[in-house]
Amino acid sequence: MSASAMPLTQSTRKGRRELKNAVATALIVASFVVALIPLTFILVYVVRAGMTVFGLNFLTEDLPFSNRFEGGGIYPAIVGTLVITGTATAMAVPLGILGGVYLNEYGGHGIFARLVRFLADVMTGVPSIVMGLFIYTIWVLPRKESGLSGFAGALALGCLMLPIVIRTTEEILKLVPDELREGSYALGTRKAQTIRRVVFPSAAPGIVSGALLGVARVAGETAPLLFTIGIVSAANWNVFDGPNTALPQQIYINASVFGGFDAAQNRAWGGALALILIVFLFTLVARVISAVYARRSAAV
Amino acid sequence: MATDAPALPAGLTKGKRPPGLIADRGFRILALAAGLMVLVILALIAIYTTREAWPWFSAERLGIFSDNWDPAHQHFGAGGLIYGTLLVAGVAVLLSLPISVGIALFVTDVAPERIRRPIVYTVDLLAAIPSVVYGLWALLVLAEPLASLFQTISDATASIPILSTLFANPSASGKSFMTAGIIVAIMITPIITSITREVFATVPSAQKEAALALGATRWEMIRGAVFPHSRSGMVAGTMIGLGRAMGETIAIALVIGSSPRITANIFGPGDTLASIIANQFGEASGTHRAALIGCGVVLFAITILISMAARAVVARTDRRSAGTV
Amino acid sequence: MTDTATAATTFGPMTTTRDESKARGPDEALPREPAPDEEPQRAREIVFQLSGVEVRYSGVTAVQDVNVDIAANEITAFIGPSGCGKTTVLRSLNRMHDITPGAEVLGKVTYHGEDLYGSKVDPAEVRRRIGMVFQKPNPFPKSVYDNVAYGPRINGAKRSEIGDIVEKALTQAALWDEVHGKLRKSALALSGGQQQRLCIARCLAVAPDVILMDEPCSALDPIATARIEDLMDELKNLYTIVIVTHNMQQAARVSDRTAFFTAEVDDAGHRRGRLIEYDVTETIFTTPSDPRTEGYITGRFG
Repeated sequence: MSASAMPLTQSTRKGRRELKNAVATALIVASFVVALIPLTFILVYVVRAGMTVFGLNFLTEDLPFSNRFEGGGIYPAIVGTLVITGTATAMAVPLGILGGVYLNEYGGHGIFARLVRFLADVMTGVPSIVMGLFIYTIWVLPRKESGLSGFAGALALGCLMLPIVIRTTEEILKLVPDELREGSYALGTRKAQTIRRVVFPSAAPGIVSGALLGVARVAGETAPLLFTIGIVSAANWNVFDGPNTALPQQIYINASVFGGFDAAQNRAWGGALALILIVFLFTLVARVISAVYARRSAAV
Repeated sequence: MATDAPALPAGLTKGKRPPGLIADRGFRILALAAGLMVLVILALIAIYTTREAWPWFSAERLGIFSDNWDPAHQHFGAGGLIYGTLLVAGVAVLLSLPISVGIALFVTDVAPERIRRPIVYTVDLLAAIPSVVYGLWALLVLAEPLASLFQTISDATASIPILSTLFANPSASGKSFMTAGIIVAIMITPIITSITREVFATVPSAQKEAALALGATRWEMIRGAVFPHSRSGMVAGTMIGLGRAMGETIAIALVIGSSPRITANIFGPGDTLASIIANQFGEASGTHRAALIGCGVVLFAITILISMAARAVVARTDRRSAGTV
Repeated sequence: MTDTATAATTFGPMTTTRDESKARGPDEALPREPAPDEEPQRAREIVFQLSGVEVRYSGVTAVQDVNVDIAANEITAFIGPSGCGKTTVLRSLNRMHDITPGAEVLGKVTYHGEDLYGSKVDPAEVRRRIGMVFQKPNPFPKSVYDNVAYGPRINGAKRSEIGDIVEKALTQAALWDEVHGKLRKSALALSGGQQQRLCIARCLAVAPDVILMDEPCSALDPIATARIEDLMDELKNLYTIVIVTHNMQQAARVSDRTAFFTAEVDDAGHRRGRLIEYDVTETIFTTPSDPRTEGYITGRFG
């Protein structure tokens, strides 16, 4: 029987080919399932173990005298994470947006812009611990003990954020159609006015969501803070003066140095829950902003 | 003169100029300066860390590559650390790459359109979990079952020549190269996935449809149309994942077991450039501290080389695909 | 400022200029004295004078040998096949090429006798006086009101004046009746034809002297096109209009003068545009002097 005379439901494909296809498809689906396993396990463990200490007291009390003991909270670490990440954001986001504007609106394909773009990519790949060492050598060391502060940590986190914000801003600005820029120039406006009044408003949701993802990424960083912020057991709202602490740092210390004590382990889980909530909140807000934006521009 | 019509233009160069000229120039300079910051920071990183690490380089000279790291006797050879860094990153990439490619294919070619975005978000959640939380979980939850798994594998392979060396002396605590490799593999999966996914998405659907129209199965279409088109993108994604794996610090510091040495025992404890900095910097001084900063310099150099290589691959691909259009 | 210039703006709607101007080469002297006939007849006041204009992109010539005079309160149409450089020439009239990396304009473009590309000339001021309407309607993703108010605001208009300016511009663009109830709505919600008239209103709001239109109707349906053409006819009383169009009927319907461009492929394989003929529209469409023009008009190629 020729192939054309066969019913369509009956395949001319050889059994082995079909089998290979089925196996490959199964492996592809399996790889996603494999990735789900650690995700689920980690989230379940963090929530379950974290809930044993989590509560209002945990969120609002100072750290205990020693990590070995039960009780106390991680309030100082939450404060530290917020002020340090906030300061880093305040430094890196405006600078990063300007850098992205330079790359997309001024530099274009020029040699200097290509160099900056390349270096921003390289900088994204610099390990966070190296950024910590860098701030240690340039900022903490010359100031001796007084160099350890939330600000030093914020400098390290800011350096990590900067290239991320630059590149996401550039990518978002690329999406703004040139017709809008031309429409604005044709009315006798200058480049800076066009960027500020036409390009930015169109790109704002994307830039905000990109910046928030950058914030979420550095808020969970531990390594850059290890030698830059020192440590305290009471909340320090002053980012410029005196040592500070942060959630990732407390998790690390409670898990490593005091890892043999149940109280410290529980504190680490509780801290991890708090940190994940903060990071997920940033991520979620970023996603919602970009999703709403995407729907709005799709509706037009 | 009638005034109904627009006023007659005065000379173009006379009269009031449109506002904003100075602000315009200022903004341009500001943007340029911001772009310049990247260059400045990278240069400062190289200068300042190298300067502080100099006592180590001048004391050890080529000895920085020996595998004798012994702070008590003032020996600081980073050979074992470089080895550990490469080993952990290598294990991580080997484990992560097939899974990442699988997920990417799942999203671009297999999963129903409706659930593609949720899948992407789910995988991205893995990237949102902080490194220290991975380390905490690996140390307190994963290490114990892994220790017994390592023991079982080690016993089972004790008589097989090469494997017996590879799997000898499993650590009782579960802290090992392998444990670090596994946890880092999970951490870099979303990175490699998102890069390969983007590359797969650029495969022209005409090519895919052409393959399917010839009667190819989906797998044959992937092998014949998707992979050849995406090879260098996958290489670049792998290298970016490799760079990230080598720079990973805290999760590794918690589960690698702090034993700087060159050994084939992947189930035994080890150390990496990044993790030893995290673990020893607090109590280090003098040459020891210089050596740890030096480890940072070495790590910086390696990761820069890798991201440059990744960029070069991407640039070559861009040029090639631009040429074919 | 010459006397004729003053005169030109004093008169109201211009009925015709066709009988007044016979085919006149761009190199011939410009008429400086009024035509001998009495009444609302007057000399053409030259707004743009292009001599030997050539535009290059990254060193490659896109169009060359353009010699054209464009007169005030006329509609001048640029026609020709794709790639003949008509849009490129149009964009050299408001220095739009300044923002395209690698583009350069050679030769001389004068605007009311002044070198448009002079070193002291501010391109922002040039574009404020010489407005532009684009092929695809490109309203900003803002409200209808903010779109029109954008230019005046940037150019420092007082807050109290802006409302009036917006209303006047929208009225002039024949859009006020349709949108006055939804000024705060997004401009992107308007129909394509309304969006294009909004872009015209946006352009009028900065009180330009000239309006350049780059195939303003190519994205619109016939009804919307007809409305824009009517609008152009009204606007030419107050403004000088230069329009690029693919549509020869449109050029014949609305313009006073027509420039015909065509493209030839050089040895290196680059398309190079060239001005073939520039004359009163009627002449171009009835008795063109160049066989290539005639070929294009009668549809033999292009």
